[in-house]
Amino acid sequence: MEKSIDEINRRIRDGSARVVTADEMPDIVSELGEEGALREVDVVTTGTFGAMCSSGAFLNFGHAEPPIKMERIWLNDVEAYGGIAAVDTYIGATNKSVTRMESYGGAHVIEDFISGKAIELRAQSSGSDCYPRRSITTELRLEDLNQAIMVNPRNAYQRYDAAVNTSEDTLYTYMGTLLPHNANVTFSGAGTLNPICNDPNLRLIGSGVPILLGGAQGMVIGEGTQHSSAGSFATLMTTADMADMNTDFLRAAIMHRYGPTLYLGVGIPLPVLDIETVRRTAVQDSDIMVSIRDYGVPSRSRPVISQVSYAELKSGTIELNNEEIKTSSLSSFRRAKMVANTLKRWVEDGQMTLCLPTRYIDTSKQAKPMRETRKVILVQEIMQRKVVTIKEGQDITEAARKLLRGETNHLPVLNEQGRLTGVITTFDIAKAVARPERKVRVQDIMTRNVITTQADEPIDIAAQKLDHHRISALPVVDAQNQCIAILHASDLGKLFKPGGGRP
Amino acid sequence: MKLLVRLIHESKPIIAQVVKDTGVLINVDRARSDAHEGEEALVDVPDESCILVSERMRSLGAEVRILEEGIRHDEEECVDCGACISICPKKVFSFDKDWKLQVETKKCILCGRCIISCPHAALSLSY
Repeated sequence: MEKSIDEINRRIRDGSARVVTADEMPDIVSELGEEGALREVDVVTTGTFGAMCSSGAFLNFGHAEPPIKMERIWLNDVEAYGGIAAVDTYIGATNKSVTRMESYGGAHVIEDFISGKAIELRAQSSGSDCYPRRSITTELRLEDLNQAIMVNPRNAYQRYDAAVNTSEDTLYTYMGTLLPHNANVTFSGAGTLNPICNDPNLRLIGSGVPILLGGAQGMVIGEGTQHSSAGSFATLMTTADMADMNTDFLRAAIMHRYGPTLYLGVGIPLPVLDIETVRRTAVQDSDIMVSIRDYGVPSRSRPVISQVSYAELKSGTIELNNEEIKTSSLSSFRRAKMVANTLKRWVEDGQMTLCLPTRYIDTSKQAKPMRETRKVILVQEIMQRKVVTIKEGQDITEAARKLLRGETNHLPVLNEQGRLTGVITTFDIAKAVARPERKVRVQDIMTRNVITTQADEPIDIAAQKLDHHRISALPVVDAQNQCIAILHASDLGKLFKPGGGRP
Repeated sequence: MKLLVRLIHESKPIIAQVVKDTGVLINVDRARSDAHEGEEALVDVPDESCILVSERMRSLGAEVRILEEGIRHDEEECVDCGACISICPKKVFSFDKDWKLQVETKKCILCGRCIISCPHAALSLSY
């Protein structure tokens, strides 16, 4: 048996369509069988609610008098794109405010517009005969704009790898706070309710298909950026009118030390056309597997620690190396259900009918990494190979002398085998002098937990270490933990000098 | 009841002294010694001994603040994601059967970890 989309739409219009949410399907199928479920259910609604960084909106402000072609634009001090004349712009969710970096961004501008607040627009122009005006400052509400059309390049990831941190430091990432030594796991997505998990071959989801986006009725534009269907990481590009959105399904957020992002509700109603649809929408949390990746490794290819299902992740704890580890969702399953339930009501009430894609999304695509034509600068290119060191057992007055003579603030401390065991700074010496409780040898006052770098580490990672630990130098060690050089924060300045940083 | 105690006289064992003087058993939830901000302890005392203990601590030179509640949860801002659940050392946060966030503030030791970990600024200290 098969059902046509017209037949399903006819039932939606006359109010007789049977609509269920995707999390109800496994039970329905096990009760009625696949054929029975196909006869019984016309539409399955899906939903997810979580951080979708690659989101934003096209805005048109209307023309000013005298008119301006805006070239640099700020909305509540968040810069928006100025390359699309004349009073059009695109505001991206993750852009930070230039005045409130840590607490406000593009996502907040979008949320404030939707909740009816006035937003300050500032713009500059170089002026032209047709657009003479050079600057403008005004306050605008959503209703003052001609258009506010959300167009999100990458939404509704099919699934997303979970995150863990094997390093010794707490990390603050777009996957939330990751405690050291695998102390927690964070994950994203709604599992069984996730739109693409219920249509992994993209037979029903494609261009033109109606969706819920931020509480508004919108549609799928087509494949999203970084769409990687071949690896089961499909994404969607989506759109809807901001005027129809509400804050139940759209919230600005701040990921600590990462920045602003937009939490969005996205849901897609799926017409139950055939057995294949029934089978796919019967997907359960236990069927959807993701990798747990180590964010302690600051590389594009973060090592996979383990595989888990959404069922395990949602249970609150998972087992890793025989230890129980607490999990945190970053997406809201409660709001994901609200998305699916709202779509269900829309379809039941005949407010939304369905259609098949006008263009299908390529399911064989695999996202590529960036092609890089220039060499990444490594620590070895700017580190100082002449490094003054001291032995653990030496007197601190000797350390003080070396610090003075070497005109440095950091002395790497070596043990008898020449391995790095600590570091001593002018501050440590000053402390020891101020509180002379018989601390006379280097090993009594040195810092033992030394943050180090390696000669072949990219300079940006070393710079992040300096920043993260608020320190000003990193001993450079080799594989045997021998101190071969030192990298000072001030060495980073070499990169900005003409001809600097390259041997 | 939780008391936030700032210890001024570093050489005196104030908490031990108060336990000895009052006979009230004091549980130290969290203690911090910081070069810039001095020594601070979060202690838990039985509700009925709260006034007695705080008065005695004050007389020994400590600053004492009585904390009526733990972490404050703003239900308007919260979207029930659960980012706070795994980073809390005291299992203050959990989901009910409808995936709504439950907050047991009595367990809270005000470590503040969840405040920065909440993407929606829904958690704050009430004191």
